[in-house]
Amino acid sequence: MKEARNWTWQIITGVVILFCGALHMITVHMDDILGWYNPAGGKAIEWANVAARSADTTSMVIYIILLGATLYHGLYGIRNIVFELRPSAGIEKLVTVLLWLAGLGLFAIGFYGAVALKMA
Amino acid sequence: MNEGKTVKVVFSIRRFIPEKDSAPHYENYDVDVEPGMTILDSLHQIKERVDSTLSWRFSCRMGVCGSCAMLINGRPALACNTQVLDISNTAITLAPLPNFDIVRDLVPDLAPLFKKHIEIKPFIVGPEEDTGEKELFGEYIQTPEELTQYLQFTYCIKCGACMAACPTFATDPDYNGPQPLAQAQRYNSDTRDAGFEERKKAVGGAHGAFRCHYAGECSNVCPKGVDPARAIQLLKRSLVLDYLKLRKDTGRASIKGAPENATRREEIPDPPPFTVEQK
Repeated sequence: MKEARNWTWQIITGVVILFCGALHMITVHMDDILGWYNPAGGKAIEWANVAARSADTTSMVIYIILLGATLYHGLYGIRNIVFELRPSAGIEKLVTVLLWLAGLGLFAIGFYGAVALKMA
Repeated sequence: MNEGKTVKVVFSIRRFIPEKDSAPHYENYDVDVEPGMTILDSLHQIKERVDSTLSWRFSCRMGVCGSCAMLINGRPALACNTQVLDISNTAITLAPLPNFDIVRDLVPDLAPLFKKHIEIKPFIVGPEEDTGEKELFGEYIQTPEELTQYLQFTYCIKCGACMAACPTFATDPDYNGPQPLAQAQRYNSDTRDAGFEERKKAVGGAHGAFRCHYAGECSNVCPKGVDPARAIQLLKRSLVLDYLKLRKDTGRASIKGAPENATRREEIPDPPPFTVEQK
């Protein structure tokens, strides 16, 4: 059933966001304490460190996974909110299609950005 | 013998007689409340002594039929099960259950609830294959542990309080609602049942179990302790496991057929003869 599939992925992406998001937050905001992944020294958010992380394959993969999970989780949540306003069946289909297009489009842009930074 | 003082409590009751009122409005009634009186007792007093036009549903007056569910000081509850002085000794506000159309006064139109209930097939669904006479005259073998998996959910008296309290049902009348979803879980978790696949269509759709946000108000107001919120989460879990093909199929309860060639024990007497002619 479609809704069981959608909800299952909502749970999975929620767990992925928890894990990958936590990694991202810890790396970027707890560098003073942990000093993770600051190959260029200094602050984690300095460009040299951002570039160094972007060039790393593991980081790129994690960010792409985080991007996909966040887009799915957030856009499915928006879909649920809209559906609770009880639009017609036609509007429901339209909303679903538009959100899929928006999600895939944003994923493509983010994916390109991640890969481009890696290649740079 | 009365112990305790009689207290005058003001009952503010939402009235609506469709034939003569353009909109619901509140009317106040003074009720002499003795300790131990329920909301239902008070309504009877009002109808007998003050206003005979007041309407509401009631039947068993002991909390088992679910007829008298209404909004009591902003909370869905059974009128027969609620003592006045437990709520207030000065003012009580009564209104019909929200999230339903009003038939009259405190009488909601519960047809949508019953329609949704029927849609989830609230009965033991048999297997596709014909199990023959053994099923008709035999006995299901079910352990006490298997019974505890669904027993709590059988306490539902279809009063509608959970539906009235549900914020999702308030905004989405197409949502199944806590009562039907809890009953779907009741039958899905009954080892005698083989209807999971059929019920999936009713509860797994766009306005089904996954629209539940786990507000928990349904469980808060249920007068019988059914805990529909828990039932819905269990139902969601089973639907997700089913999608992932991880749902354990423990198989249907076995049937013990009626004993063959059984004879009555000698110490058990024959039934008395009929006193009227049997056609």
